[in-house]
Amino acid sequence: MKAILALTISAALAAAGLAGVANAADAAKIGGTAAAETVHAVLTSPPQVPPPTGRSKPAKVVVELEVIEKELPIAEGSTYTFWTFGGTVPGSFIRVRQGDTVEFHLNNHPSSKMPHNIDLHGVTGPGGGAASSFTAPGHSSQFTFKALNHGLYVYHCATAPVGMHVANGMYGLILVEPPEGLPPVDREYYVMQGDFYTVGKFREKGLQAFDMQKAIDENPTYVLFNGSETALTGDRALTGKVGERVRLYVGNGGPNLVSSFHVIGEIFDKVWYEGGTHFQENVQTTLVPAGGAMIAEFRLDVPGSYVLVDHSIFRAFNKGALGVLKVDGPKDLAIYSGKEVDSVYLGDKATTLAAVDTAAKSAAAGTLSQEEQVAAGKALYAGTCSVCHQDSGSGLPGVFPPLAKSDFLARQKAEDLIRIVLRGLTGPVDVNGQRYDSVMPPMSQLTDDEIANILTFVRNSWGNQGDRVRKDEVQAVRAATPRAEGAAH
Amino acid sequence: MNTVLALAFAAALAGPGAADPDWARLPGNPAFKSVLAYEDTRAGVPVRAFELMRRPVSNADFLAFVRAHPQWQRGGVPAVFAESRYLQHWTGALDPGKAAAAQPVVHVSWFAAQAYCESLGTRLPSWTEWEYAAAADETREDARQDPVWRERILGWYANPSSRPLADVASQPADVHGIHDLHGLIWEWVDDAGSLLMSADNREQGGADKLQFCGAGALSAADRENYAVLMRTAMLSALQAEDVTANLGFRCARNLAGATP
Repeated sequence: MKAILALTISAALAAAGLAGVANAADAAKIGGTAAAETVHAVLTSPPQVPPPTGRSKPAKVVVELEVIEKELPIAEGSTYTFWTFGGTVPGSFIRVRQGDTVEFHLNNHPSSKMPHNIDLHGVTGPGGGAASSFTAPGHSSQFTFKALNHGLYVYHCATAPVGMHVANGMYGLILVEPPEGLPPVDREYYVMQGDFYTVGKFREKGLQAFDMQKAIDENPTYVLFNGSETALTGDRALTGKVGERVRLYVGNGGPNLVSSFHVIGEIFDKVWYEGGTHFQENVQTTLVPAGGAMIAEFRLDVPGSYVLVDHSIFRAFNKGALGVLKVDGPKDLAIYSGKEVDSVYLGDKATTLAAVDTAAKSAAAGTLSQEEQVAAGKALYAGTCSVCHQDSGSGLPGVFPPLAKSDFLARQKAEDLIRIVLRGLTGPVDVNGQRYDSVMPPMSQLTDDEIANILTFVRNSWGNQGDRVRKDEVQAVRAATPRAEGAAH
Repeated sequence: MNTVLALAFAAALAGPGAADPDWARLPGNPAFKSVLAYEDTRAGVPVRAFELMRRPVSNADFLAFVRAHPQWQRGGVPAVFAESRYLQHWTGALDPGKAAAAQPVVHVSWFAAQAYCESLGTRLPSWTEWEYAAAADETREDARQDPVWRERILGWYANPSSRPLADVASQPADVHGIHDLHGLIWEWVDDAGSLLMSADNREQGGADKLQFCGAGALSAADRENYAVLMRTAMLSALQAEDVTANLGFRCARNLAGATP
């Protein structure tokens, strides 16, 4: 009778809403506030990231994550049986807030061959949840944890043999936001590196089997971002616009390799190295350990394609660790000009070609002076003529006639000199009392400007005295001169 | 006493035939090295000579069993003995439908498998017996150190299970004349429920050890033998009433005259 009475009373209390007190006490025990709301976590597939939680208070967050074993492309024409969290490699991105109580449901699809579990590095407790989430095919496990520490954490399957489960793609990231949230940015992306071991060679076609020996030897066939050689290229490239701030959440699932993560042509303004609380600034390349993560933030200043790589660079170009961030928007020539000059590089023969530029500009403006022509001609002479006639214009006695104080040169009219340059000169000539009988090849590849400048330089150097040679004179001779056999161009 | 008599009787019926079409005789091994390390079995585990079915039990075999034993028909089995997905790949309780007669039966619980074997006067093999038998390949009794043997098993894991199961005995027989110990299905063993505990149950909680990270390596004698570890991990994930799409069984029996 007493027992029944007690039951009745407690039922009455419950009906009056006092049962809520008991719930609150429970919630307090696991750290929640009395009125913690219940929300369902938004999970996203890579490279997308769920929106910020936007909460100022902890909540109870329900996460439903499905394990599914499926055949997916690993490279063009090659597939692999991946074991996945949420049907993708890496697995779904999970985003919670520090202080949240996370009710985690791990659902192993009935078609799975294997049992699986999950070890979240953001969990404080034995096995990171692994011991409580061991789940047979067609079963679902539930466990609850409190997100005590904020940061970016890897999660992965920890079922024996762990290495094989991880090598098959069973990893992902969970972000535990700090209470104040993260500063807003324009774009957030989710990228995770992994190494893969197949019996077939890199890019061998067809369904590829797992190679345990290669995995033990840490000799991957593929090193990939987001589980496929084409995950972040072509139409699937990450995108952004000039002026935007981008935040990358980058993890490394391993199982074996450490990543030297780098974006070609960008400097990370900030890197929360190892996914922790502090950031480093102005970083070129940052290490992402196997089973670790980091957050990188940078502003997009210049349009173009930026290539994400593991800067252990053979992995990038021979094993697939490449992704692209495509940035659209107006150019900012003050930051990056694009290609300004493509000119011949002459090594130690080069004097500055700036003089050639100056002469070209003055010619265009109609203000070309003799001094400018001589300066430009000197640079061009060094590249084209000095091999034979020598820098000093002295030639080589008996082989290449001198130009310096040359009586032969002094006798020639401008159009004769132009013709010699355009057509070359073959046969005996007498210069300063010595006979030369050799071959000068045609130099018709030189432009009219260049020939005018070179001849003006030659006529006014080494003690020679002569008039300037003008571009239109060269033009006239060239028009009247058939193109020489064997001309360089 | 009844059981012993029945066993002896069944064994006598089966006869001593070395060329039995359904059963293969295995010679046993006084010191078999299991992939699992137990404190008291460093020198190996004794495996007595026994007989094992040459093929996993097929849908046709199991249909005959449920006809003869209606209490094991789908829908009539208490949930503690078989979960709701018991034989769910069949169209009806006595109609395998699209499940081919020669495919191995799956979606069977440990209790159902055990009852099937008992109906033949036999039993499920122990883990050690199963592992001992499955160490063979076509030419050797113990091929486990051969990387090729391991690769073949791992190759099966790489096959997506969305593809239909092959018929039983479509793979070549091993040196004992047994088919499909690898490469087709998981198989129930008699002691699946206590598989990962030490033989004398001193290490309570040992079953959890294989479920995550480093501990798995601690209790495995042969860490490189991932292929077999996967099987122990799989079996330890299951309760006796559970069924999965890739889990079937075969039966074992003692030799006539052998002390059980």
